[in-house]
Amino acid sequence: MSGFLQALRQLARDRSALVGLSLVLLVVLAAILAPVISTHPEAVWDMNPVNRLKPPSGEWLLGTDRMGADIYSRVIYGARITLLIAIVAVGASLLIGVPIGLLAGWNELWLGEVLMRVSDIFLAVPQIVLAIAIAQTLGPSIQNVILALSVTYWPWFARLVYAEVRALKRETFIEAAIALGVPQWRIVLQHVLPNVASPIIVRTSIGMGFTILTAASLGFLGLGAPPPAPEWGRMISESREFLPEAWWYAAAPGLAIFIVVMGFNLLGDGLRDILDPRLRRSHDR
Amino acid sequence: MRAGMRILAIIARRLLWFVPTAIGLVAVVFFISRVIPSDPAALLAGETASREAIDALRTKLGLDRPLPVQLFDYYGQLLRGDLGTSLFTTRPVSADLLARLPATMELTLAAMLIAVLLGIPLGVISATRRNSLLDHALRIVTVGGLAVASFWLALALQLVFAMDLGWLPLQGRISGFPPKPITGFLTIDALISGRTDQLWSALRHLALPAITLAVPALATVVRFTRAGVLDTLGRPFVDYQHAIGIPRALITWRYVLRNALTSTVTQIGLLFGILLAGAVVIETVFQWPGIGTYAFEAILQSDYAAVMGFTVYAGGIFMIANLLVDVVHAIIDPRGDRA
Amino acid sequence: MTGSLLLEIDELRLGYETGRGVARVLDGVSLSIGRGRIMGLVGESGCGKTTLARAVLGILAANANIESGGIRFDGEDLLGMDRRRFQREIKGRRISFIPQDPYGAFNPLFRVGDQIMELMKWKSPRRAPGEKGLGALMTPYPRARKKADREEALRRLEEVQIPDPERAFGKLPGEFSGGQRQRLMIAMALMTEPDLIIADEPTTALDVTIQAQILKLIKGLGATHGVSVLLTTHDLGTAYEICDDITVMYAGQEVEIAPVETFFAQPRHPYTVRLLESLPAPGREIHEIAGEIPSLVEPPSGCRFHPRCERAKDVCRASRPPVSGALHRFRCFDPVPVPGDVEVPG
Repeated sequence: MSGFLQALRQLARDRSALVGLSLVLLVVLAAILAPVISTHPEAVWDMNPVNRLKPPSGEWLLGTDRMGADIYSRVIYGARITLLIAIVAVGASLLIGVPIGLLAGWNELWLGEVLMRVSDIFLAVPQIVLAIAIAQTLGPSIQNVILALSVTYWPWFARLVYAEVRALKRETFIEAAIALGVPQWRIVLQHVLPNVASPIIVRTSIGMGFTILTAASLGFLGLGAPPPAPEWGRMISESREFLPEAWWYAAAPGLAIFIVVMGFNLLGDGLRDILDPRLRRSHDR
Repeated sequence: MRAGMRILAIIARRLLWFVPTAIGLVAVVFFISRVIPSDPAALLAGETASREAIDALRTKLGLDRPLPVQLFDYYGQLLRGDLGTSLFTTRPVSADLLARLPATMELTLAAMLIAVLLGIPLGVISATRRNSLLDHALRIVTVGGLAVASFWLALALQLVFAMDLGWLPLQGRISGFPPKPITGFLTIDALISGRTDQLWSALRHLALPAITLAVPALATVVRFTRAGVLDTLGRPFVDYQHAIGIPRALITWRYVLRNALTSTVTQIGLLFGILLAGAVVIETVFQWPGIGTYAFEAILQSDYAAVMGFTVYAGGIFMIANLLVDVVHAIIDPRGDRA
Repeated sequence: MTGSLLLEIDELRLGYETGRGVARVLDGVSLSIGRGRIMGLVGESGCGKTTLARAVLGILAANANIESGGIRFDGEDLLGMDRRRFQREIKGRRISFIPQDPYGAFNPLFRVGDQIMELMKWKSPRRAPGEKGLGALMTPYPRARKKADREEALRRLEEVQIPDPERAFGKLPGEFSGGQRQRLMIAMALMTEPDLIIADEPTTALDVTIQAQILKLIKGLGATHGVSVLLTTHDLGTAYEICDDITVMYAGQEVEIAPVETFFAQPRHPYTVRLLESLPAPGREIHEIAGEIPSLVEPPSGCRFHPRCERAKDVCRASRPPVSGALHRFRCFDPVPVPGDVEVPG
């Protein structure tokens, strides 16, 4: 517990982590408080052709879109979709990737090796390419985006954990535990898992940013949540018809993506510096 | 002689790894295209097809046969270079992709060139002047460059430089007639045929999409070069060379940089994936007639074979890029003990 | 010829800026090295011997600050010398360097020959003073000089007993053993025909069996080429093997300087005596030195050894002892009497 407190104190001292955490919290709060802080919650999903393409003003803080919906409110509600996709997809990738990495790295049995080869195949192609193929086959919906992203992101965790566990196995304290006859599952849970936790946490934060960008790209390509869901990538895609006149149309969702991805990236960088100075080097290799 | 043999060995080792990965990749794509959908024939025939047409197509494509048989057929098809027929263009997907490949390659390589030629020096300077104003500024820019959605940046640049200022063309590859196709790279073809007007036009069209595509790659190169140089600057051989009076600039740009680049080069392989992925959205925004736009249109049209063909293609290009990266790595790092 | 002294360090004071204040690493150190002589600079880690060596080479860390004192080399003031002239004519050329860690001192990605030729390109004695270049990155290497330099370099490799120097040139550093790499370093230190070689713990990283060979090589070649050597070591045995003179440093102060025979036979400073007692010898117990190495940020006043010295008096706390003696110099108000009776009461 004191280790956790110490980590928190260090977090508060690391400027980039602090800025990152603030940005992430800002977006999370916006998502939670969406009904409260949005100015036109009714104009998120409804069509109001009368108010179509209004520039930013006191009434419409960030302007309105082609359907007459309030862009500010849509962006706020969009944070819910974005965070939902990223949290579930990265969470699922963790749940798939970490056990596979542990198993393959620790046991070195044929099953683990096979799973690692499978993850190699996924890593052999840019993530978004496979995600496009999957999302295209399944059809545009939030669930399918989540599925496509989870299926293509877990290998990153598997590979990371695999490499860390393999390195750990050669450490003296693990070898000592094995020699002392401590049961394998206890070694893995008590010694291995805590030691690979830091890189996993860092990778999770950076993976959130990466996944949000990929999800937005899918949305932009028309493979995300179908309209009228306020999905940021699709909003930017829609705006293209109305440039350059409706310059505000794409500005807000683009900035929203920028803020949340930057937040997670900075948080990840800061966590890396705090949790493990050694990691910074091995990571940069 | 020795170095040549070593590089050949690396290529051989990579190719050996290539084959199972490619087989696996195809199986994954096959799984996505034939197993996930409840009725692939309906998907392939398109939304407007009649019941009879779908049945006919199913029989024609052999989709009524057992899955393993289908998979082997699929391998056979791919070995013959057959990626199926596009519903939209009604031409073979492989022919479509091949025709559009040079445009994508030209764009991607231009972006890579910008990222590497600008990113490596910036990374070195950032590291040697650690915590200077320039270093801080670069760090902010690189963090931002990795966080910005490329399609959004593309729109912003279009808005400013094409629509508002009118300095650069909004979209397309060239104005007027393209040069006589030789390499398929318009800039190089124009150069070969000595048409400076066409070269200028091609370069102006290339500028915005290449810069947009380069931004995240540039940020990555700067970050990794900086980290690599900082890491290397602490190594004893740098101190030794200072102590024996080798000029500082030479130590940094020749000796330190080469060590730092061993890690950056590995990253450049992964960068190629980022660039290829970015190409899909950026080509779309700039109406760049490459395989990215093709994939996007295929998505819009639910042109199934075309999307799958693109996946296989992109995977192949990415693997070849990583093979090249291995070779470059072997040249930079002559020690043979690393895989 | 300007006298028999090659290097004279005079009351050198140097501090490192640290987070907790200025660490006074050199507190008025004076010593000199005669032509063709090997000076051993002995002391525990952190006593300032490496800092002193690096100050002579002009490669101090960015947070180091020379506060006062001087370094004269061959009659010229090194600290006041034009930096460009120092870089071009002294560093790596007339003063060369053998590093502590031969494993890390070669860049692993460049062939040994290329790294040697890089040194020769800039520091060869055949390089004309007027030879011009276009900045460090584009300066050409004149062909005729390159050929002569290469032959000279190959001869030096032979001299340090590297088998087949021509082939060694084409190898990567990783293909050599640690001992061979240190031989290469010695060869490189001799190639520029220097007057002074700074050897910073040159055998610490090596196996004991190889240490003796390397020391013999340094001593032998130093004599052949008439080079002076400043050798830092924490090991009195190493110093005994090859040095002509020995300087003992404690916590940033030199405490005793003597020719090697005198040093071992008649040590005068209490710290030196304790240091000698800590050596293993037949028929005697090993004595450790009580107390701890002092902080350099807030060092003890006067003689910095006084908190650990049982001969210490009030005057030792008040001021630093002046130099006594000429050939055998020591700084102590109450030196151990001659003949070196090591039976210290207490």
